Amino acid sequence: MHTANDDTTDHDSAYSGLVDLDEHDQWAFGTSFDDPLAGVDTTLADGIDGADLATYCLMLGDDALICAQRLTQWCAHAPELEEEVALANIGLDLLGQARLLLARAAAADPSVVPALPVGSPVPAEDALAFFRDESDFRCLRLVELDNGDFACSVVRLLAFSAHRLALLARLRASRDPVLAAVAAKGVKEVTYHRDYAARWLITLAQGTDESRRRTTEAIALVWPYVAEMFDPHPVEKRLAAAEAAVDSSTVRPEFDAVMTEIFTAAGLPHPQAVAAARVGGRAGRDGIHTEALGFLLAEMQSVARAHPTGRW
Amino acid sequence: MNDNTFSAESVHGAAPGDAVPADHDAAAIDADWPLYEVFVRGKRGLNHVHVGSLHAADDQMALRHARDVYTRRNEGVSIWVVRADAITASSPTEKDPFFAPSGDKVYRHPTFYSIPDNVPHM
Repeated sequence: MHTANDDTTDHDSAYSGLVDLDEHDQWAFGTSFDDPLAGVDTTLADGIDGADLATYCLMLGDDALICAQRLTQWCAHAPELEEEVALANIGLDLLGQARLLLARAAAADPSVVPALPVGSPVPAEDALAFFRDESDFRCLRLVELDNGDFACSVVRLLAFSAHRLALLARLRASRDPVLAAVAAKGVKEVTYHRDYAARWLITLAQGTDESRRRTTEAIALVWPYVAEMFDPHPVEKRLAAAEAAVDSSTVRPEFDAVMTEIFTAAGLPHPQAVAAARVGGRAGRDGIHTEALGFLLAEMQSVARAHPTGRW
Repeated sequence: MNDNTFSAESVHGAAPGDAVPADHDAAAIDADWPLYEVFVRGKRGLNHVHVGSLHAADDQMALRHARDVYTRRNEGVSIWVVRADAITASSPTEKDPFFAPSGDKVYRHPTFYSIPDNVPHM
């Protein structure tokens, strides 16, 4: 950390105090970027199973990755330029989380990474994102649903970000130092995502008859997939017992309290929905997905898969 | 069917002029969000600096849009937004009477003082 009062400060220029001396100093604006994993011990702590940790990182990483891809699809389609940038920013935040989590999954259990041709320069996190098949994805079905209209995307983002914020806030205490660091970074980001979505939900619900009708329809489409977010997977429970993960069923009360506050402000009834059916007791966390994910992956992965030795 | 139905304006979706009766009353929602001017205080600077403008429905949305549009690369630590129509600006036609008289008053600059090394940000 450099300050203008360091003994070494050069007094020759009255402007030197305005320049921070961190790296990336060539940029006129935008400096001092932080590496979220700087100084973090990446070795596996005692009592944490590598395969379980990898699976858990894939769950949280795939949620972020697929949600980011859906948000990205708003580019050139959003109702306003400013909203387009906002949605893309949120997507980029999540993509950053996905990258760290997928990299952690690969480090915790290298066997989860798809095999690529010898000499391929594709890093492990990219191999996980672009070369895994649909049934190997562990994301919640909520994040893979089609974007629908703006109201639908707002409602989905609200549910997802409220769930993820409650989860990440607790995950900051994880015994896995990488998960804890990713969570600490993510909490600040997802706090904004939830605020963004909540403001829009209230605006749309209190807007015109049309915006309210669409919002009500969006809630009916999205809410059947909310229950799945709080259904803990066995891997999650094992890691929660090892104090490395958060049992997602424990964040439901916080989620419900936040939703009550937002839906009350929006003048909407608290959503009631029959949970979407699981398949033989399995759902997104087990690799059982809606038909939407296949189309999403085809679009997201086709270029990378056509050039497995490509350099980007 | 009269000619006005296919006037150039309506074909191109231009806003109805004063002579065209709007199909909503004044209290209805305006399709265009008002313009806001955005000022950001960067880590390097001491003052809020004008960085651009954007559209938003209200002040709080403008603040958030400013955050999303103008501070994506770690530029800012503080944002001001103000509705563009709340700004009173000097007119270009008044440029000379406003600004030309100060052009030759060199004695108004503190160039005849020596500034100590440890006085920053002059």
